Amino acid sequence: MEQVMTTAFVTGLLAAMMRMATPIIFGTLGEILCERAGVLNLGIEGIMLMGAMTGFLTTLTTGSLWLGVAAAALVGVLLSLFMAFLAVYLGLSQHVSGLGITLFSTGLAMFIYRLAVGSPVNPPTVRPFTQTAIPFLSGIPILGTALFNQYVLVYIALLLVPLVWILLYRTSWGLAIRTVGENPFAADTVGIDVNLTRTLCLAAGGALMGVGGAFLTLAHQNMFLIDVVGGRGWIAVAMVIFGNWDPAKGMAGAMIFGFLDALQLRLQGLGFNIPFHLFLIIPYLMTVVALVGVSRRAAAPAGLLKPYRREEKG
Amino acid sequence: MIVSKRAPLPGWIQLLVPVGAVLATLVLSAIPILIAGGDLWLSYVSLFRGALGTRYNFLETCVKAAPLTFTGLAVAFAFRAKFWNIGAEGQLLAGAIAAAWVGIYAPPLPKAVVLLLVCAAGFLAGGAWATIPALLKTKYRVDDVVTTLLLNYVMWHLMGYLLFGPLQMPGSSWPRSPAVAEIARFPVLLIRSRFHLGIVLALVAVLVVWFVNSKTVFGYQSRAVGVNPRAAAFGGIDVNAVVMKTALLSGGLAGLAGVGEVVAIHFHLLMDISPGFGYSGIVIAMLGRLHPVGTVLSAFFFSVIIVGAQSMSRLTGVPTYIAEVIQGMALIVMLIALLLTEYRVKAVRD
Repeated sequence: MEQVMTTAFVTGLLAAMMRMATPIIFGTLGEILCERAGVLNLGIEGIMLMGAMTGFLTTLTTGSLWLGVAAAALVGVLLSLFMAFLAVYLGLSQHVSGLGITLFSTGLAMFIYRLAVGSPVNPPTVRPFTQTAIPFLSGIPILGTALFNQYVLVYIALLLVPLVWILLYRTSWGLAIRTVGENPFAADTVGIDVNLTRTLCLAAGGALMGVGGAFLTLAHQNMFLIDVVGGRGWIAVAMVIFGNWDPAKGMAGAMIFGFLDALQLRLQGLGFNIPFHLFLIIPYLMTVVALVGVSRRAAAPAGLLKPYRREEKG
Repeated sequence: MIVSKRAPLPGWIQLLVPVGAVLATLVLSAIPILIAGGDLWLSYVSLFRGALGTRYNFLETCVKAAPLTFTGLAVAFAFRAKFWNIGAEGQLLAGAIAAAWVGIYAPPLPKAVVLLLVCAAGFLAGGAWATIPALLKTKYRVDDVVTTLLLNYVMWHLMGYLLFGPLQMPGSSWPRSPAVAEIARFPVLLIRSRFHLGIVLALVAVLVVWFVNSKTVFGYQSRAVGVNPRAAAFGGIDVNAVVMKTALLSGGLAGLAGVGEVVAIHFHLLMDISPGFGYSGIVIAMLGRLHPVGTVLSAFFFSVIIVGAQSMSRLTGVPTYIAEVIQGMALIVMLIALLLTEYRVKAVRD
């Protein structure tokens, strides 16, 4: 047990927590934007995978990591616009359209990756992002190394949490978004373009999801594997509910998940005599348990899942 | 764009919708084939020849269609009751694990009894796994989409634990169970093929689901809950009980998909026992319009795509993942086609 209590262990654990939480924070913020406007985006898992693949291939061919991130955001936007066409403009079932986007994107990601790379024995790798220490702050014991000696994308994720919160609760755009999500008929009455607002939210959310995926292949790891997203998109959907559609609480949920994920990795590494697959279950199981705790008083946007057709009021 | 309700279309058009969706999907598949640099004609020919061209290939397509029929039925039955079971994959794995367990330690009983035990174990394991999200939904109002999805990963890692632990073949370092006993294996029904008992069971399941759907009180209640749970409750239906029973049957069907893969195809429990059959079930159920007969037909269609993609890939170099792309496209195309039967879509400029 002594090994567990050392400063190095705690520092490493917290740093890993941040790394594990980052893609989920991106995904959660993206999903919050969509759902606050009244659209459940189950395309998230596939969009993250397409982001991971596109970001990786772009960096592999151009050598530029930031170009990879930009490409991932772009592909996230494009897939979300497709989602908007299906679920917003055509008004198809949000559940099934989202799953359709995920299945389609998953197939497409693997298809394009195979086309571009073939089936080499060793999958190609990129030189991933390196950590950037923030002067002074990174000198703080334990927390400094964990929080302020991280990838730039981690900082961006953390900065986006208050930004999305301000957007939603402190700007007129945010008011419009939330009105569209809660009562699209009222929004329409006061002159807000419901479908356009939803589309823009999906696009912005999709960009965040794409970047979350790219973090996995450009920072967390340096290669693309077919199961690289591994359900993180679904975890993000769960974290939105866990956080009651609030960016800060959603981030807290993502951090808890990241902590459990990091902990299971560390404990494995220390050779605890517990099979590592049982550790892998813990974060998923805890997410389900957490949902049980919050779901009774969860207050989803009232307009969620309902397509808006002006002539079909009430 | 304006979407407005249209008058109900005659029945024969409704029936043609999935056919139209299939054709549209096949046409759209030309895009990824061309992107991959495949010759169009050769691609389509090799796809269909590979799946249907010879007796063996046709029977292989039937073999692949069996688990797809089970997962398709599982999803269709759940969706009809608006129980959003996206967890057929995990329920399939639960069924596979249970079948392997019984099959490996098969008791010395008559074959028919052993096979019954294997199927019962798989059905109950899949069904039990599906009742967890159903219970959470009815009791704690936890979103079923999210829990069924998350439980897929839990079951996957649980299988990993078993295959690296208690169920690992002694002396092996691979995640692979010992072989199931000869007595616990589905018999092959046609010589020089893998056409096995499970395929017949899948067809029986189609009939059973059709019967439950349209001839039993439970089937009626289940559909009523799907249409409007409040009205159903008002009409005296115990909604929670119906959701639980629906989950049990849905998960059980998915579990049977796993049974066949273990005791008729692989004979071992393996980490890649399912190449996403559970997720394909969603597409299959939607394309089959949640009807059991439609489901078995669309399961066969996707089996053609999956089996045919292998030979297309060999002959034209188009990656086999084309099958996954086509599945995704089919679901989206079918959704749009269904919309067009109920609504008129007009493009307008504001």
